[in-house]
Amino acid sequence: MPDLLIELFSEEIPARMQKRAAEDLQKLLTNRLVEAGVTYASAAAFATPRRLTLAIDGMLAASPAVTEERKGPKADAPEKAIEGFLRGAGVTRDQLEERETPKGAILFAMIHKPGRPAAEIVAEVLDQTIRDFPWPKSMRWGSGSLKWVRPLQSILCVISDEGGAEVVPMEVDGIKSGDVTYGHRFLSPDAITVSGFDDYETKLARAHVVLRADARAETIWNDATNMAFANGLEVVEDAGLLAEVAGLVEWPVVLMGRIADDFLGLPPEVLQTSMREHQKFFSVRNPKSGQIERFITVANRTTADDGATILAGNEKVLSARLSDAKFFWENDLRVAKSDEGMNAWVKALENVTFHNKLGTQAELIERMAVLARELAPMVGADADEAEQAARVAKADLSSEMVYEFPELQGLMGRYYAQAAGMSDGVAAAAQEHYAPLGPSDDVPTAPVSVAVALAEKIDKLTGFWAIDEKPTGSKDPFALRRAALGVIRILIENDVSLRTSEAVRSANASADANDLIAFLHDRLKVYLRDQGIRHDIIDACIAMEGNDDLTLLVKRARALSETLNTDDGENLIQGFKRANNILTQAEEADGVEYSYGADVKFSETDEEKALFKALDEAEAVITPAMNAQDFITAMSAMAALRRPIDAFFEAVQVNSDNATVRRNRLNLLSRIRTICTSVADLTRIDG
Amino acid sequence: MAQTVSSTPSKPKSFQSIILALQNYWASKGCAILQPYDMEVGAGTFHPATTLRSLGTKPWAAAYVQPSRRPTDGRYGENPNRLQHYYQYQVLIKPSPPDLQELYLGSLEAIGINMDLHDIRFVEDDWESPTLGAWGLGWEVWCDGMEVSQFTYFQQVGGHDCHPVSGELTYGLERLAMYVLGVDHVMDMPFNDPGSPIELTYADVFKQTEEEYARWNFDTANTEVLLRQFEEAEAHCKHILEQPAADPKTGKRIVMAHPAYDQCIKASHMFNLLDARGVISVTERQAYIGRVRTLAKMCADAFVQTRAGGWTEDAA
Repeated sequence: MPDLLIELFSEEIPARMQKRAAEDLQKLLTNRLVEAGVTYASAAAFATPRRLTLAIDGMLAASPAVTEERKGPKADAPEKAIEGFLRGAGVTRDQLEERETPKGAILFAMIHKPGRPAAEIVAEVLDQTIRDFPWPKSMRWGSGSLKWVRPLQSILCVISDEGGAEVVPMEVDGIKSGDVTYGHRFLSPDAITVSGFDDYETKLARAHVVLRADARAETIWNDATNMAFANGLEVVEDAGLLAEVAGLVEWPVVLMGRIADDFLGLPPEVLQTSMREHQKFFSVRNPKSGQIERFITVANRTTADDGATILAGNEKVLSARLSDAKFFWENDLRVAKSDEGMNAWVKALENVTFHNKLGTQAELIERMAVLARELAPMVGADADEAEQAARVAKADLSSEMVYEFPELQGLMGRYYAQAAGMSDGVAAAAQEHYAPLGPSDDVPTAPVSVAVALAEKIDKLTGFWAIDEKPTGSKDPFALRRAALGVIRILIENDVSLRTSEAVRSANASADANDLIAFLHDRLKVYLRDQGIRHDIIDACIAMEGNDDLTLLVKRARALSETLNTDDGENLIQGFKRANNILTQAEEADGVEYSYGADVKFSETDEEKALFKALDEAEAVITPAMNAQDFITAMSAMAALRRPIDAFFEAVQVNSDNATVRRNRLNLLSRIRTICTSVADLTRIDG
Repeated sequence: MAQTVSSTPSKPKSFQSIILALQNYWASKGCAILQPYDMEVGAGTFHPATTLRSLGTKPWAAAYVQPSRRPTDGRYGENPNRLQHYYQYQVLIKPSPPDLQELYLGSLEAIGINMDLHDIRFVEDDWESPTLGAWGLGWEVWCDGMEVSQFTYFQQVGGHDCHPVSGELTYGLERLAMYVLGVDHVMDMPFNDPGSPIELTYADVFKQTEEEYARWNFDTANTEVLLRQFEEAEAHCKHILEQPAADPKTGKRIVMAHPAYDQCIKASHMFNLLDARGVISVTERQAYIGRVRTLAKMCADAFVQTRAGGWTEDAA
């Protein structure tokens, strides 16, 4: 069985596209080969900055011959119809077969398609694949019309077996296929002739090209960590950067350089961001101090001076970059420490639009300040501090550092607020009020941060609700689902009791509060479902008074969930449902509500009397427990009703012939319903 | 694919000798060596020899120095490598030749970068100029981690697809020269060769102007005047392009793409100055850029109606 080797050699392919491109090449080409009847044993694809490579093992030498049967007209059809059929099927009259069918004699054509050599098919599918390759962005060059990610320079396409290797001849837009590739751009630029994949990989390695991206990444990471370790330091892990750097080199050489002392005073996050974003350097940290002291860069070559020139150049570039960062940092600090302080930045935000229907960033800040102040007492924060924190939380958006590195927003705010002499709480809020940014991101816990984070998110939600820009389907351009989940998690994880409907109304009177609370409830269901709480349990709790206090709602739901997981709880539901069904039917039939007046004096059996006693006892526990929001106690008292209720139904016929007794018993069932539904709306529980 | 191994060229000693080396190199590769455009521009791309000449079907090869102004980058001459006025070296070849990368690497050797000791990399960088309605794909070229050039295959300019595609190279001359000369602060860089009868550094030539323009750009430029000039340039550009192709005086067909484009350049520069003065909000910013783009597109439309832009009697 022959093997196939394809290499598409081009000018430098963007690092971020290489992995996907190799996968696409493999998928498209193999699918098309198989469609054409050429199956294979295994395939693997590789990418370097300058090549996409596909190796296929154990491919059929030719597609199998197939015979296709095609049904034609009736044997006695007009001559014209039969001729048409012959033309369409590409057969002659003597190749037709006449068969008797229930519908009469029908003509069938047997079309024999001979197998085709794999090479012919490979040439076709490779041509097609090059022409319709799904690059995220592609371009034309010179006078040609072909599109590729960057100019395609050569095509290697070789089929090999024991007998030797042969080029699959083809041509795309003037580029002819061959059995030639090229080594490293600088270290081994000469042409290399290859006869198959093993030969190819070996010769490339000799020509300073490591074909496999994972091997390049491994070399980089091993060399980097060893080099850092030898100096008593550690490399800051960064998988994204590692993958990117491995896509920028064919022959990785790791070098470690120094950061000039002048810059060691910059915040470590600034060093790290500047080095990663601009230079694609790894940060190297002193594990004792946590300070970033060195960097690792990855060159694409060896040199006679062991990288000394390259390293010196990189150090110089870094110094220039960091002097820029230092310039921003010092200017920003000057502003933060000035008399006007961060207010100057806030003022500048008067010119920055938040959303064209929701005003400027400065207006947003004003709203946040009012809301944070209102929320402060509920989250245990000082109102003045919360208001101040809200006023400076977004100030860093005007700073030079954040203009240069948007991803440092919040963090810089924290540094600058500290420099401006604000309290730690205010400074922390500048950073933490954006949190949580995702389901696994930590929520803020410091009271001032909590107040500002809630204010930010509630303002955002109510604002977009007021202008009717709600998320629909998969569209959520303003990340409102994330904001809602943020509100939920901040409240629950900090155990904050907040009537969200009041907060919503006070934040923005034009937002439909009920609709927004329903949205919060929806997000809450998703959140709790992930924690294993059934949606009917949540519904049973949402149906209760005070459902806009999400923390209370969750406590109730958790207690109910736990209760229903016990044997008593599960059976209580059965008893409750039975009581409720009988009662509801009777109420419907009689047109009255049996809501009070059960009296133990009309009870006839011990079980009936016992139920009276049990309900009295349960009520005595449940009412104060519910007032204290002690759901666990209330619900275990409720679950304890299971036995007396079961015993009652076992022994007693509710629908007695005696009207007084019957009415009394229905009123007793009503007490069960009242007591149980004071805990949660058990009618909504499934089963 | 073979790489030309040139004998080690004599190492340049000054800023100007690097410029001269580039001029000689690209002249030897057949480029017309043009002179800078005589207007304030933000980058070499704005020179009509690039913007307009990348349009249409006629082959083109040009190289030139272009003084460029970026008012927001002013640092009073104090930052080691940020300037509000600096030089770009620009090469435009249409259609892009298949060995453009090798030609480019040759130019680095020509200015004294030893290919055996440095780490040259082509790092993805897609170029887009929203003000010119232009985009292309290519790289920023790194030498030992420093961006020394932009390398772009133009795909669209002024809203027109480029057929054929031009290859554009842009060198940031100060940064590149500082690197080659081993200078840490731009102001310390020798402008003419050390040992000249009157030695001049970059500071001798530009320190004064950097200070003056930084102050003017950031704090004193009269925003009302700038705004008025922006609007005048915009109106003027449109007015020029509204004229009929046939010149009533000579009777010749004269589409005035270049004079109109001058006004587009002017509007763009006024916008940059207004931006540096911090009087343009984020939302307004998009609107201004859109207005300049409209002009650029109109100029591109006009250029392809000229002979230089590939218009012929027959096609019309």
